Amino acid sequence: MSIRVLFFASIADLARAREMSVEPEGDGFTVGALRRRLEKDIPRLAGKLGKCAAAVNQAVVGAEAGLKNGDEVAFLPPVSGGTA
Amino acid sequence: MTRVGPEPISAEAALRAVADPACGGVAVFLGVVRDADAGRKVTAIEYEAYPDMARGVLDGIERDLRKAHPVKGVVLEHRTGRLAVGEASVVVAVSSPHRAEAFAACREGIERIKAELPVWKKEFGRGGAVWKEEKALRPARRRRKTRVSPRKAR
Repeated sequence: MSIRVLFFASIADLARAREMSVEPEGDGFTVGALRRRLEKDIPRLAGKLGKCAAAVNQAVVGAEAGLKNGDEVAFLPPVSGGTA
Repeated sequence: MTRVGPEPISAEAALRAVADPACGGVAVFLGVVRDADAGRKVTAIEYEAYPDMARGVLDGIERDLRKAHPVKGVVLEHRTGRLAVGEASVVVAVSSPHRAEAFAACREGIERIKAELPVWKKEFGRGGAVWKEEKALRPARRRRKTRVSPRKAR
């Protein structure tokens, strides 16, 4: 078991991957720590993941949210929104 | 009824799905691919979704619309894949006894889809393709157990 990470849109293009798996770094591993680790391991993502919302198991969470084996973490870029 | 996927959107099918003998008002909104954006010619748009989450978000919006408005039929659909100018990417259709509630629920449905749905668009046009990433995705509203009074239509 590990953490399943999903990328979309411009982030998937930059990462050249839509999905990867990450081993959590012990207890207390958080979304923020995962974000920092991905930006370090994939230099093209440096400075990019902070602009994304993060969803754990499909619910948007903050950087302090804890992660455990089996979680699905998606980095969600800003959306178009459009003009009402 | 909600759907996220590559199937073409049919306004007629959505209208049939929300038809109800108790409803005198039916409102439908179609979002359609435009031929230009901020002065740049657009030839197509590709929509990419986080499908499982997007379905959950649409289901949550449907539940909230039903709580907040006296609607009978609700259809919320977003298409994915590459669409040409003029093709519909999103449809919201609602039916209610009277028109005011139908307009209000339809408007609320599309505004929430635009802000909360994890679907991204890549515009194809002169100079290549660009992802349109402009507004931070808004977390889906937390559903409260105690919401009893309908929200005012905005």
